[in-house]
Amino acid sequence: MSDSTVDPILEQEGTFLESSEMVLQMGPQHPSTHGVLRVILKLDGERVRDVECVIGYLHRGVEKIGENRTYVMFAPYVDRMDYIAAVSNGLGYCLAVESLINIEAPARAQVVRVIFAELNRISSHLLWLGTHALDLGAMTPVFYTFREREEVLKIFENYCGARLTTHAFRIGGLQYDLYDGFEEQTLTFCQSFVHRLDEYERLLTGNRIWRDRLKDIGILSASDCKRYSVTGPLLRAAGVAFDLRKAQPYSGYEHYDFDIPTRDAGDCFDRYAVRMQEMRQSVRIIEQALDRIPRGPIIAKVPKILKPPPGEVYVSIEAPKGELGYYIVSDGSDQPYRVRVRPPSFLNLQALRQMARGVLVADVVAILGTIDFVLGEVDR
Amino acid sequence: MQAEPWEGELPSRLLAAVPEGVIACLTYLGQRFVEIRPNAVLEVLAFLRDAEQFDFLTDLTAVDRAHDPGRFEIVYFLYSFAHNQRLRVKTYVSLDQEPVSVTGLFPAADWLEREVFDMFGIRFAGHPDLKRILLPDEWQGFPLRKDTSILAMDQDWVRDNLHIESGQ
Repeated sequence: MSDSTVDPILEQEGTFLESSEMVLQMGPQHPSTHGVLRVILKLDGERVRDVECVIGYLHRGVEKIGENRTYVMFAPYVDRMDYIAAVSNGLGYCLAVESLINIEAPARAQVVRVIFAELNRISSHLLWLGTHALDLGAMTPVFYTFREREEVLKIFENYCGARLTTHAFRIGGLQYDLYDGFEEQTLTFCQSFVHRLDEYERLLTGNRIWRDRLKDIGILSASDCKRYSVTGPLLRAAGVAFDLRKAQPYSGYEHYDFDIPTRDAGDCFDRYAVRMQEMRQSVRIIEQALDRIPRGPIIAKVPKILKPPPGEVYVSIEAPKGELGYYIVSDGSDQPYRVRVRPPSFLNLQALRQMARGVLVADVVAILGTIDFVLGEVDR
Repeated sequence: MQAEPWEGELPSRLLAAVPEGVIACLTYLGQRFVEIRPNAVLEVLAFLRDAEQFDFLTDLTAVDRAHDPGRFEIVYFLYSFAHNQRLRVKTYVSLDQEPVSVTGLFPAADWLEREVFDMFGIRFAGHPDLKRILLPDEWQGFPLRKDTSILAMDQDWVRDNLHIESGQ
């Protein structure tokens, strides 16, 4: 934009305004950075030449805390990483410890886990959709998405008393059985939610401003996704049908009938479209799961003092943001020797530099939004 | 750890390709990992990426084996879309050794290696911009080392800022 046109008046006088790189600090307290992320933009006019992220403002030393707590005590801490999708964090941690002590959750617990994980995927995507639309100047959707998200959070609250950092699962299964009326409440939500999704799509998908702001912006190709270890909706929007629920199923996901939505362009719009489709697939999974909640115990026999045999394991799940992995090293004591969390947001955010080079400043906001990162998880 | 030897086609191909670099191919709980020498990291990862299609660096981290002579265990988590398989590659370095950066093979290693440096103080030779990432630049020490204690950090803070002895 600045390279091609020269102001005729300036040209006549032969005096060009000196142009130099401008450094713009976006954040740490900028509404579009969704938390405390600082993005240093190097600008040529409105064009972004280079991007550097400064992270760590929310670092709480989660991995160090893990080494100083027992396996059971550490479980609630993991909810504080991706606090938008705490259920997924807890599920991944429980699965990792369970595989280390070679225990499998009972059938009833597995189905309930799937329902909650998918409800959480919906609530995470809804929060993303509302705030992302708000970032781009669309005020309305946020009120609608928060209305639906509230219904999900009410289900969580009825189940375990907490809305966000739920600590819904325990190592070996569940702490609480389902409450009376859970099935009806969840089914009612699912049935109405599909129509709500249609409403959102009517508001946004064909909206010209929405399309102009997202189409062909922040393209990340499939090969770049692989180079930068990007997972989740960003990878699927680039055409790679990679979803751990299908690729390496856990918690019985292989028994459910659902599709992996993908798109081809890998731009912001495709990420939006993939997430919208994912919410519909989550509804499909929940409806199937509600039909087949088996009776039986909700938690396996787990020793009071957990001392996994010395060894190590890496277990990962498909969290709403991408691949969430736990690498746990045991030395045979009741505390993990090392807990490593592979946060999807951390690696997805790293690819911002690749996506944002050459775009306009306003597009950086769109790209940041469609990465859908949570800084609690980036910084841990 | 009761890891068992992993025998198969991939280990034998790997041994044939990098005979000097591979120490052992093992499995534990059905998960496979390869232990290699630190000077063979680039060779092994390049072989796995290009010849065996392990083209996705899922994660990279370190473990402080405080009492071992090769103190830090560096773990590379690889994934292959083509085979839908995971593989961990491990190497051991001592306090004064600088493992080589793999950012040239996997650009994703940039932030991951910075985090390992931030938390363990391991310097990666050839990293384009090795500096702290999660902690402030002026931070002293490396928190995920086993000789860093949360309690001692807390007591130091109380002593420096409140000029009293911590009761903990």
